[in-house]
Amino acid sequence: MHRFANPTRFLRLANALLPWLAAAAVLLLGSGLWLGLLRSPADYQQGETVRIMYVHVPAAWMAMAGYTTLALSSLAFLVWKHPLADLAARAASPIGASFTAIALVTGALWGQPMWGTWWVWDARLTSVLVLLFLYLGHMALTNAFDDPERGGRAGAVLALVGVVNLPIIKFSVDWWNTLHQPASVLRLGGSTIDPAMMKPLFLMAGGYLAVFGVALILRIRALYAERRLRQLRLSLTDA
Amino acid sequence: MNGFLALIGRDLRLARRQGADVAMTLAFFVVVVALFPLGLGPTPALLARIAGGVLWVTALLAAMLSFDRLFQQDADDGGLDLLALSGLPLVLVALAKAVAHWLTTGLPTVLLAPLLALTLDLPAAAYPALVIGLLLGTPTVSLLGTVGAALVVGARRAGVLVALIVLPLTIPVLIFGVAAVEAGGAGLPIQPHLTLLAALLAAAIPLAPLAAGAALRQAVE
Amino acid sequence: MSEFFAMGGYAGFIWPSYAVAFGVMAGLLLWAWRTARQGEAEVEHLRAVGLDPRRRQDAGVDVP
Repeated sequence: MHRFANPTRFLRLANALLPWLAAAAVLLLGSGLWLGLLRSPADYQQGETVRIMYVHVPAAWMAMAGYTTLALSSLAFLVWKHPLADLAARAASPIGASFTAIALVTGALWGQPMWGTWWVWDARLTSVLVLLFLYLGHMALTNAFDDPERGGRAGAVLALVGVVNLPIIKFSVDWWNTLHQPASVLRLGGSTIDPAMMKPLFLMAGGYLAVFGVALILRIRALYAERRLRQLRLSLTDA
Repeated sequence: MNGFLALIGRDLRLARRQGADVAMTLAFFVVVVALFPLGLGPTPALLARIAGGVLWVTALLAAMLSFDRLFQQDADDGGLDLLALSGLPLVLVALAKAVAHWLTTGLPTVLLAPLLALTLDLPAAAYPALVIGLLLGTPTVSLLGTVGAALVVGARRAGVLVALIVLPLTIPVLIFGVAAVEAGGAGLPIQPHLTLLAALLAAAIPLAPLAAGAALRQAVE
Repeated sequence: MSEFFAMGGYAGFIWPSYAVAFGVMAGLLLWAWRTARQGEAEVEHLRAVGLDPRRRQDAGVDVP
């Protein structure tokens, strides 16, 4: 019981941060949309489709940020056994999976007009798909136990195994692809990015990050409430 | 060390007495491989082209069948708690389990694969790459599966879950294993692929039991 | 205006990708917000009525 005693300080801090993050998300995404859709030029090679970049690339970044959050939280949970770290890890995986899904779907919508196909078994795409599988595996594993403590620890070990394995998968997939496909087909645009495109890209990325933060805080609160509910039910049945 | 060997011996004896488990894994391997010519048509050129991939993927799937029982039986009858108290480090318990798993399912798969390759018209030049590749790759699969098996002890629907979490981790083994077979069939050097498979195995031998041992400690606590 | 929505002939790819990105993020936030609020409301409810067994029964709290 004492273990779940004091995430209150964190929750107070997080709740104070929440409105600011939400406001930042609205402002950044709004200005990113404005610049991205109306005030930035079409690419000289890709035409208007380059605008998909503003929703696609930040999603891919957040997919990675999600796994970093998951892995660091898992490490913290295994080393210090801090219950908050377990909640953060559980909260991070569906959020990371959502951004990974956005990256895959918008990538397919970008690939069809540019490469003439929705999907290629290109190294990048394949390793992002594997990242999605790892998120799904983590979610399935943490929720597969009657005892949430046990699920959290198993999930933490899996997340760390994934850290070791992800670079190996990435490397093998890179290598596998170069055997089969000439890289030239798959090069994106090929031009260095115009500053007029940089600005909306970074505004959108900031907005995505704020969304990530808001979702993470809310999910930690939801999971914490779930824990408290469990404890209350148990203590009520004991009484 | 004695405890380590005794544990392997115990698992092998158990596997021999309950021979049906091993036989079913092998039967699954054969049946699934036989489905491919039925599904894709019996054109020899096509089968020869995909034989390496079919054998490797099927070997992976066959390995997944037995992981959910690897620790669960011991956890159910209390054997796992005894093992944890036996003084044998859980890392070595995990390694012993992986060795026993490979000897009972990995090795028979390796021995059966060339026979099935005959039915798929695999080019003669690809056989060494297939057999050596499987010899180097299937132990890595057993080691990774041991991690998954340790993680799902006590979980609901452990059988599907273990496949879901282990299969993505085995992608590198699959890629290099199939690449070796293809290189062999095309008359290209196979050593680079086999070296990479050996490197994966060399990394998995210390790391996988470490992770599996950590997972087992969580399970018995 | 219609030129803007046509996106140089790529409207069928650009608008769906914006819709997917913002749709998934909105869904994620909505789900996170609702689960947080519902969970916290339930905790408050249980804490309020949970101390007194008679009130607990009146409030219809299921005691397993």
